Amino acid sequence: MADLTKEEFWRWREYHRVMPKKWSKADIITAGVDVGSVGSKAAIMVNGEAYAWGITRTGSNSPESAKKALDYALQDTGLTVGDLKYIVGTGYGRVNVPMANKAITEIACHAKGANYIWGPRVRTVLDVGGQDIKAIKIDETGRVVSFLMNDKCAAGTGRGMEVFADLLQIPIEDIGDISLKVEKEPDPVSCTCVAFAKTEAMGLLRKGWSKEKVLAAYTRAMAVRMANLINRVGYEPELVVTGGQSKNIGIVSRIEVILGVKTLPMPRWREDGLDPMVAGALGAALLGKALYEKAQKA
Amino acid sequence: MGTQRVKAVVLKDGQVVGRSQAFAGFDPTKATEQAVAEALTQANLKLSDVQHFAATGSAMDMAPYEHSTVSMMSADAKAGVSLIPTARTIIDVGAEEARAVRCDERGVMADFVVNERCAAGAGAFIEAMARALEVKLEDMGPLSLKAERASPINASCVIFGESDVVSLIHRQESKPEICRAVFDAMADRVSSMIHRLGVNPDVVLVGGVAKDVGFVASLNRKLGLTVKIPEYPDYVGALGAALIAAGRVKGGA
Repeated sequence: MADLTKEEFWRWREYHRVMPKKWSKADIITAGVDVGSVGSKAAIMVNGEAYAWGITRTGSNSPESAKKALDYALQDTGLTVGDLKYIVGTGYGRVNVPMANKAITEIACHAKGANYIWGPRVRTVLDVGGQDIKAIKIDETGRVVSFLMNDKCAAGTGRGMEVFADLLQIPIEDIGDISLKVEKEPDPVSCTCVAFAKTEAMGLLRKGWSKEKVLAAYTRAMAVRMANLINRVGYEPELVVTGGQSKNIGIVSRIEVILGVKTLPMPRWREDGLDPMVAGALGAALLGKALYEKAQKA
Repeated sequence: MGTQRVKAVVLKDGQVVGRSQAFAGFDPTKATEQAVAEALTQANLKLSDVQHFAATGSAMDMAPYEHSTVSMMSADAKAGVSLIPTARTIIDVGAEEARAVRCDERGVMADFVVNERCAAGAGAFIEAMARALEVKLEDMGPLSLKAERASPINASCVIFGESDVVSLIHRQESKPEICRAVFDAMADRVSSMIHRLGVNPDVVLVGGVAKDVGFVASLNRKLGLTVKIPEYPDYVGALGAALIAAGRVKGGA
């Protein structure tokens, strides 16, 4: 047991990826750097097509985290920062992206990125980040129509889920699957406060609840909160989920049940591995391309 | 019967003759029996001498003995005015809940607001931050008074607040300044709750957190007044229940 407590259940996989395509100096190569409260993501685009990206954990220093993510994305591409025609910073730490030509809010970037990943059908984007939850309505070009944000409470955010992973000693990347391993969906917990969960979840476990059931009851409650946010902004099909929690099947599938809708599957995710956690960085790189082209014309 | 501690008060002819408390733990019923037994011993009384038991607090459903119940707001109002007759607003900040009650000169509640289901406005916030800072809970208040300025931290959520405290530690802010930031953040939450009710002097602060000098200083700054604190602020809920119980005895129950 002593070793178990040392394990970092909250720790998620940092990785980078390069697409099998070529680039030349004549191409418009842009980057988006999305410094979130928990994860820093950077994406490189060649002529507006995803080429490479990197995902790392945000450290205590935003400029360093931005640099780390961008270096990670550039790794094995043969590119250097000097080859990037335009860099857009976004996310919680966007004003602290030293190499950026411009900072744009993550709401606009996630909207644009969702439009890029899933195409013009997307009208509602649920972005669940490390420290906030946003429901964004967008038009067919990926422009923001309206949005609602909850950044006051950790329930359902990536940070909140990390606490849960540690609490229940379940690796964070398994949390979604494990929350679905219940025969019957339990009632959602009435109190979603992550700080209180530390004692309440222990109480439920002591009462004989399985970890799966505790996790299901909390995940359900968090999905209800997210579904409410989507309803308040005004749900319009099609719905997609971006941000780190898009990988939590426990959350996504419950939102689908509560709203009675299906989220769009990830076409490109299957084909060439686009990651909805990078949606903001991809959107930023795309917006960067448009800004670069505008500047060239002027 | 609070979420963290159970407090018992024995009242004889309107005078407090015994008071005691115990950790609620996982068995608030047993903790209550302990606290009551101890308070009765202080008063030189036996369980059979008690004419009426009244229970209050979030765990009152688990009270032992034959008893009646009193809402936490009514108990705060009754005891607050009994201890400080000019009290018209009573703020009760406990381990997991904060509330404010507006009342009249008889200690009858007129209106109330409550913060529950969120740790950010309650004692749990200070506890979590003390853990993050590796400072003893009881040292937080005195330390915070040494601060020359405050750095803002996220007041809306304990989990986010913890991350902010860690960032401040990384930035090598001094512990007194971080402690002050914690109390300021918490006072911010509590004062915005009270403003929904309306600040009606005199303002009295009760509950376990009223014993924390750091929180009191921050709340006074935030409200722009000096809150009054009775002796034994953590027993105010129990006292209110006892006072109301006395009325029920007289009423010929």
